[in-house]
Amino acid sequence: MIREFGFPELLFVLEGARWTILLSALAFVCGGALGLAVALARTARSRALRWGATVYIQIFQGTPLLIQLFFVFFGLPLLGLQLNVWLAVTIGLALHASGYLGEIWRGGIQAVPAGQVEAARALGLGYRSAMIDVVLPQALRISLPATVGFLVNLVKGTALAALLGLTEATRAGQLMSNITFEPLRVYSAVGLVYFAICLPLTLWSARLERRLLRRG
Amino acid sequence: MTYQFDFSPLLTYWPELAAGMVQTLRISCIAMVAGLVLGIALTALRMSPSRPLRWLAVSYIELVRNTPFLVQIFFIFFGLPALGLRFDATQAAVLAMSLNCSAYAAEIVRGGVQAVPKGQVEAGRALGLGTADIYRFIVFRPAIRAIYPSLCSQFVLLMLNSSLVAAISAEELTYAAQMIDNRTFRSFEIFAVVGLLYLALSQCLSLVLAAIGRAYFSYPSK
Amino acid sequence: MEQSAAPAIRLEHVSKWFGKLKVLQDVDLTVNRGEHIVLCGPSGSGKSTLIRCINRIEEVQEGRILVDGVELRGDGRNAEDIRRHVGMVFQQFNLFPHMTALENCMLAPRRIHRIGKDEARARAMGHLERVHLADHAQKYPAQLSGGQQQRVAIARALCMNPDILLFDEPTSALDPEMVKEVLDTMVELADAGITMICVTHEMGFARAVAHRVIFMDRGEILESAPPEEFFSAPRHERARTFLGQILNH
Ligand SMILES: Nc1ncnc2c1ncn2[C@@H]1O[C@H](COP(=O)(O)OP(=O)(O)OP(=O)(O)O)[C@@H](O)[C@H]1O
Ligand SMILES: [Mg+2]
Repeated sequence: MIREFGFPELLFVLEGARWTILLSALAFVCGGALGLAVALARTARSRALRWGATVYIQIFQGTPLLIQLFFVFFGLPLLGLQLNVWLAVTIGLALHASGYLGEIWRGGIQAVPAGQVEAARALGLGYRSAMIDVVLPQALRISLPATVGFLVNLVKGTALAALLGLTEATRAGQLMSNITFEPLRVYSAVGLVYFAICLPLTLWSARLERRLLRRG
Repeated sequence: MTYQFDFSPLLTYWPELAAGMVQTLRISCIAMVAGLVLGIALTALRMSPSRPLRWLAVSYIELVRNTPFLVQIFFIFFGLPALGLRFDATQAAVLAMSLNCSAYAAEIVRGGVQAVPKGQVEAGRALGLGTADIYRFIVFRPAIRAIYPSLCSQFVLLMLNSSLVAAISAEELTYAAQMIDNRTFRSFEIFAVVGLLYLALSQCLSLVLAAIGRAYFSYPSK
Repeated sequence: MEQSAAPAIRLEHVSKWFGKLKVLQDVDLTVNRGEHIVLCGPSGSGKSTLIRCINRIEEVQEGRILVDGVELRGDGRNAEDIRRHVGMVFQQFNLFPHMTALENCMLAPRRIHRIGKDEARARAMGHLERVHLADHAQKYPAQLSGGQQQRVAIARALCMNPDILLFDEPTSALDPEMVKEVLDTMVELADAGITMICVTHEMGFARAVAHRVIFMDRGEILESAPPEEFFSAPRHERARTFLGQILNH
């Protein structure tokens, strides 16, 4: 019996979208923490740290996200961890995010005038305090538009989890397409679900950017 | 029990990997050119005096930029046949990549056009040149030059994203990797190697694009 | 030849607004063939706007503008035809940065007069020679000094064989030592008999070449007199104040 793509089927996709959002949030938080470390290493005084961070960023910006996910997925068991799609995808997306966020925030940190650090140091603040109290707040403000812009990419990136079998919005769409034989309607609906999640973020990012430009 | 790394089974598959790389580069280059051309057309629409045309361009751009590439591929490959538009996997892949690239290119190119000082257009108009000539001869090169680095990053991203067309079995590097994986069960090794191959591809692409930029879009500036 | 009887430029009751701001108030002006006009006035008085209306880089809301007896149509359809024989030189030069001096000069003749490459090059070289820059033909704008760039811009305008030249403060973006070379070039052009309207505060130039000095303030033409008269006995109070400011600075 062939089902129509009706309300229950749409609901199934929307339930999948819950995982899309959860996955994005998890990857963003974990990737953000790691990305901050990458950004700090990238701007550190130690040459080795800077070099390491550069290579790290190059790797994640120079290879496809899909390959990164496969790599983690098949790599986890080698570390003695159980093969788990959720874990693999979360780690994979978080690592991916850390590479991009690290680079975005590096730009933010370097955009803070050098005089700010010098002033903080002149006041007797140590590296930690100079960073936490003076540099990072300004750097974050500068890189907020790009950060939100990347969040949109991350949400779209979670669709790749479908290819590893995790039932988020895209995989939910695939399943519904298979039972309804209405791929046109199903994928339009799936697209609109992502659109509804991403558009507000895109608009927000654009607004932040305009505000930043206006303030100079 | 420790895992024994074994890259040797991959060696016999090097022709498949090489062919996959070539195919990845081929579809990416076609999509870059098509995407840039379409993107420029979209930018023109977006700046046209007609309100509906502008709205159409913006809607298209935002629709593409705010949905996953994978869903776009599925929409084109599985969805469009319902409308009588049938493509084989590679055609669908190139089409999806070009359309995807066009929206991002349009957004970038618009920034470039806005970066060209108004006086340049005025000077062209004062000489009696028509709008088409002004954009073609006066605005185009400085506009592209202004956004060339962003355009290149977008092109590299496009090449990396081309790995997703493996999902509809279009033949390229990731598809080759999956095939080799199915035959050898050396999943970790194969994806590590393919990751490195992509890294090499993206570095080479960046270098080539930068060289093209120096050759065609650079001129002395202050 | 009915046209040759017409004045080069005629503005009748021209008014223009930028939104609510009225920047030209009922301007009447006739410029005869071969006449050299210097237009001056305080900042914001509408000088740039006035000459930009003549080649319709700006639209006017009221009044008529005729160039060589041909009226600028309200819809701007014939603007391109008019611009082809009205040359314009800008304060910021506006050279095309991706083209050499020579290419800057060749573009419009090739696209509009549809002449061949060799002919365009010969014409461009002729005019670059005229502004004493033949040696710099292959340089890009960024490789030229401000004065040289402005002279290339003049050569570029000349390459269209214009009947009329409009200058909008051509020397005010220049370092002082380069002002003279540009003014000298303009004096040579004036001597050759071309019609020109020049917005400038270079009063020495006005004395040397202007047939009339026109003083504008707040969008109105307040005074129009030969330079001797204008400088020695300005009739209008605001013109006196203005002259006091620029001559004493
Ligand atoms: N594009 C525009 N939009 C709105 N207002 C404008 C615009 N261009 C000029 N104006 C205003 O019109 C008035 C006249 O400007 P205009 O540039 O013609 O003056 P000007 O006499 O050339 O001054 P300056 O000596 O500073 O060049 C000014 O008040 C100016 O602020
Ligand atoms: Mg002005």
